[in-house]
This record gives sequence, structure tokens and C-alpha cells, in this order.
Amino acid sequence: MRTLIRSAAALAAVGLTLTPTAASATPTPSPGAATVTKAGTSFLTATAITAGQPVQVGASTGDHLYWSFRAEAGQVHEIAATVSFPKGRTGASTWTVDVFDGLRRRQACTAGAQTPTADASATSVTLGCTLRRVRPWAEPWSGDPLPGTYYVRLSVTDLPEPDLGLPIDVDLLVSVDGEGGASGDDGRLAAPLVPNTRAGTVLTAEPTPEPVAEEETSLTGWLPEAGSRWVWTTAGGVLAAVAGVVGFALTRRPRRP
Amino acid sequence: MINKRRSTAVLLGLLATTALIGPAPALADDETAEPPAEPPKVELVLDVSGSMRARDIDGRSRISVAQQAFNEVVDALPDETQLGIRVLGATYRGKDKKQGCLDTQQIVPVGRVDRTQAKAAVATLRPTGFTPVGLALRSAAQDLGTGSTARRIVLITDGEDTCAPPDPCEVARELAAQGTKLVVDTLGLAPDEKVRRQLLCIAGATGGTYTAAQSADELTGRIKQLVDRARDTYTATPTVVGGSAECRDAPLLGPGVYTDREAFAEHRWYRVPVRPGQELRASVSIALDRPVNPDYGVLLRATAQDGRELVRGVDAGSGRTDVISAGLRWSAAEDAPDPAPSGTVTAQAVCLVVSNAFAPRPGTEASPGMPVELTVDVVAASPAPDEPDLGRGWALLLLLTLAGLVTGLVAGLLTRWWAATWREN
Repeated sequence: MRTLIRSAAALAAVGLTLTPTAASATPTPSPGAATVTKAGTSFLTATAITAGQPVQVGASTGDHLYWSFRAEAGQVHEIAATVSFPKGRTGASTWTVDVFDGLRRRQACTAGAQTPTADASATSVTLGCTLRRVRPWAEPWSGDPLPGTYYVRLSVTDLPEPDLGLPIDVDLLVSVDGEGGASGDDGRLAAPLVPNTRAGTVLTAEPTPEPVAEEETSLTGWLPEAGSRWVWTTAGGVLAAVAGVVGFALTRRPRRP
Repeated sequence: MINKRRSTAVLLGLLATTALIGPAPALADDETAEPPAEPPKVELVLDVSGSMRARDIDGRSRISVAQQAFNEVVDALPDETQLGIRVLGATYRGKDKKQGCLDTQQIVPVGRVDRTQAKAAVATLRPTGFTPVGLALRSAAQDLGTGSTARRIVLITDGEDTCAPPDPCEVARELAAQGTKLVVDTLGLAPDEKVRRQLLCIAGATGGTYTAAQSADELTGRIKQLVDRARDTYTATPTVVGGSAECRDAPLLGPGVYTDREAFAEHRWYRVPVRPGQELRASVSIALDRPVNPDYGVLLRATAQDGRELVRGVDAGSGRTDVISAGLRWSAAEDAPDPAPSGTVTAQAVCLVVSNAFAPRPGTEASPGMPVELTVDVVAASPAPDEPDLGRGWALLLLLTLAGLVTGLVAGLLTRWWAATWREN
């Protein structure tokens, strides 16, 4: 019974998630989110931000600015950045926003101006990147987006050298679409792709053999996980039973009045 | 019966696990990072050579702008940050280049800052002599000492180094290759082309940044930002490791972050022990700390001991960038070989090889190699999900309903037929 209630709740949740969302408007910061005024300069020193938290930071042209955020399964992230130039520049410059997962693998953008070029006279340039939906599980050999840390790197890839070092102002916002909690049917990552950032230790000897871990057996382990499938299948069974009774009744001779 | 057998298995399993948990407490992975032993250390290196007299920043002299910026930075300094100040070209008034190029002093030693003393020391500076940037950088690195955490040097200058050799950029590369994590951020005061090139080279070689400051506000804001950054990021220091040319004698790495150097067209091998049921995760970043041709790539491969490739991570790029990265995941196939008769499983050493496709420009130094950052992690494997046993969706409901209806009809017809036959007999 409890499973049924839980499954019903899950079904309701799924239904809510599936309701068509409004056509993606310009991302807006979450109300009450504190503005981040920092940026890291490498993967290891990336500044952690959360979706909906606006970033405003002053930097120099040519800096490579890093931020990181956490992603859960089922979410789609959209990154919007604006670089404004308070000073005149000598030529056109090309800017880029690169996104990497926790293993520093480059992530594709499905939409958005990832590498726009700003004219010498432009006062600002807008960058955008919409990521793929985060999968709950993928084979180790695949490059699918998985839950864990994601890195955003904002930099200029092409510019006249004299423009290096000039001040810029960067606004960045990571917004998230779709709540996490994808169904358990599609697998689950045992550990999210969060990099281990502690200094490593070089081992001096091969690790000793480890005793085989006994597999845990449980009485209900063979049952499918609680979820909306229970509700659907049960409802299907009930409908089949009703239809069966109806079908049986149809073959009876109608009673004379 | 079945239940009885299962509960016996559970009981045995429980007994086994309790017996096994006992002798392996050393493996417990504490998630809390240990507090860093030393505070963040920064040294500001200020050029006080004769050219700092020029009045071209908002109508004020460069040195007065720098002095004002230093005062504000010292005032806003976080308590735990240890700051030192070194000057170059501050005392020698003569014309002898040899003498003038040795002119660099530490006016505030690296440590907890006495604000009044530091400000007084800065206030007395008068633009004087030569610009021995290379020597000043070397001395600043010594001031900061060696330790386990990252250090930052902020170099503020308005003129080209007049004392090479040593070439400041060479010095920066040499310092970066010494093992201690040292980042040099450079600030050019109203820089010309030569100064910009030199400062860009210094910053690029150490993974620092370059800023052209053209007003007092810009200078102050930037130095504050850099000092703050030192506090935020100084703990990120990887372990230095030396990869070998072959897998056989490659260093055995545990989970964590490592740094190494790799020359053009070099291959570096490492080994990571992975047990059955575990997943290997590795990523590598190679920094472009020197001018290279615009197209480049990096390849990270995991191979078995016999050279068979297991998986690869690859990325390529074009244009200006700081690092190029690739990563991979790998876990053994699920039908792992049976455990040894002793009831133990041995770890399989997986070889990792890092290679790069960079092309040096004419005149680019080949050694020391480019900085490599390697991240290794070993976590529990994520097995492929089972196919679902239950169904979902409207099509399923429709199908079940139709099946029920057809069954009902058939059953009803059969009953009728049977009843009719039975009545006749």
C-alpha cells in the first residue's frame, strides 16, 4: 500500500515535470541569490556557483575565468554571459564560453552563441550555451552528460595583441530547467562526476589483494524499484479485469424485459 | 522453504561482513579536507625605476598611483594573508649598469603585515634606478620560501627589463618548473608593446594573469582582487610526480591530483590500481605556457598491462587558450574473472598514457616541458541498469484493456458453446 502511495506521488511528480514549460525566456536570477564577485583561473581554483546565482566580476581581457556548478540527472542548464568593454579596443575579438564536465571533457552546446565575435566598436558581447539534458547513467565509454560538477570557462580566443590586459566586466548566469529526480529505470551513477581535488599520493607498492566482498542478499531485492511503473501496470491490470468482465457480459443473451 | 534458505544466506552474509569490516579501518576515506598548515602568501614586487616618475596616469605620477594603490591594498588585507613587498630599482642612483642591476630589496618581509610600518615603507619610495625584473622575481620566489601551498607574486612595472640576462621570462619559466607552485600575476602601468610582450610571457609561463592598468582605480581594484584570489585558491596544490616512458616502471598513483611536465611529442605513462567492481576516472590538462602553433590536441589513453587499449579521452582546439583537457572513465567488464582460490581479488594496474600534439613555433623553448595536471580517482563502478520488469504508458493500458476484453469475449463465447453442448446431451 505504501508503495502504491509513493508511486502515485511519483506519478504526480512526473506529470508535473512533463507539463510543457514556457518557451525558454531569458534566464533570470533566482530571487534572493547572492551575487558572486569572484572567478577562478584554473579547473582546480574554479569558483563554485549554483544555478540561479548571478555572477558579476571585473577582469582583464585575456583572463581565463572559471566557475563550477553542480548538475543533477534530468536537468538542462543554460549559461548566459555578457562581457562588456568599458574602454575602446583596436580590433574585433572572438569570445568563447566552454563547458566541461567533472572529468574535464568538453561538453557540447545544443543552442546559444558559444563563440561570438565583437567588433572593435562594440561595447558588449553576449554569449550563451544550452547544455544537453543530464543523464542519470551512461556507459563508461560514452561521453553523455552525467550528474556531477560542471566547469564553465570564459575566455577570449582571438584578438589583436594590444587589447590584452584591458579591463572587462563579466556578467554570467547559469539557469536550470527541469527538476532532478529522473526515474531509476535508466540506471544510476554510483558516484557523481565530482573530481577528487586533494593532492594525490604516489603508491610505493602494489595494493594487497582484498577479500572478496560477500554479496548482500535481501528478500525483496528482486522486486523492481518503487516508481510510477507499479501504478501504470496495476492500473492496466484493473482495466484488463474490467474489460474482461465487460467482454464476458457482452456474450450473454440480453435479458428480456 | 525458499525464505528459510534466504535468511540463512543473509545471516551468513552478515557474519561475513562483520568479520571483514574489522581489519580494514585504514581504508576509511575521510571526506573532510585537512586544514592547510600554512597561511596564503603573496609578495608584491614594485618597480621603482626612474621611468615611474612619468606623470601620465590621470595627471599623476606612476609611483604616486602605485603608492596609493598599495596603501589601500594593505588596509583591505585579510588578516590571515601573509604579504611581503619587494622593490626594484629603488636605491642605486649611479650610472653603472652592473651595480644598478643588483638593486632589489625586500622592504616588507613576508608575514603578518604591520599596516603602519608597511605604509611608511611604501611612502618613502622615490623613483631611481634600473629595472632588474628577472633578479627581483628570483628573489621574490626566495622570499616566499618553499612549502606545500601555492604562492603568488604580483609584479607591478611600467618599463621593460633593462638588465637581461637573466631574461625575466626565462626566470619565470625556471621558477615555475622548480616544483613549488608559484603564480606570477603581472600589472603593466601604461605599458608599451615591449613591456606588454614581456609581462604576457611572464604571466603565461606561470599560469598567472596580465593586466594593463591605466588608472589608479583599475590598479587598486586589480591588486585587491589578486591578493584575495591568493587567499581563495592557494590550497590547490597537486603532488609532483614524474611519469615514465614505459608502463612497466610507471609510478603507481592513488586517487588525487598530480602535476608533471611533458615536452613536445613526449609520452608519459602512469599506473593506477583498479579492483574489479571499481571505476577508474582520470582527466588531464596540459597548459600552453609558451607560444605554440594555433592547432593542438591532447590524448589520454588507458591501456591494459599488455598494451591493449581500454578507453581514450581526446580533445583538440585552435586559437588562444590556457589549458587543453581530456578525461576518461573505465570499469572492468561485469563478468570479471573468478576470484583466486584464496578468496581474494587482486587489483589490476591500468596504464595511463598522456600524449600531446603541440607544434612549437620557431624559437620556442622545448624544455622544461609543458605543465601537465593529472586527476585520478577510483570509485565504485556503476553497472548497467536491468531492463524494467514493469510497464508504463497509455499504450500499455490500452493493450492490457484490449487483451482483457478479448479474453472476456472468448471466455463468454466458450461458456455459451459449452453450456449449449451440455444442455443438448
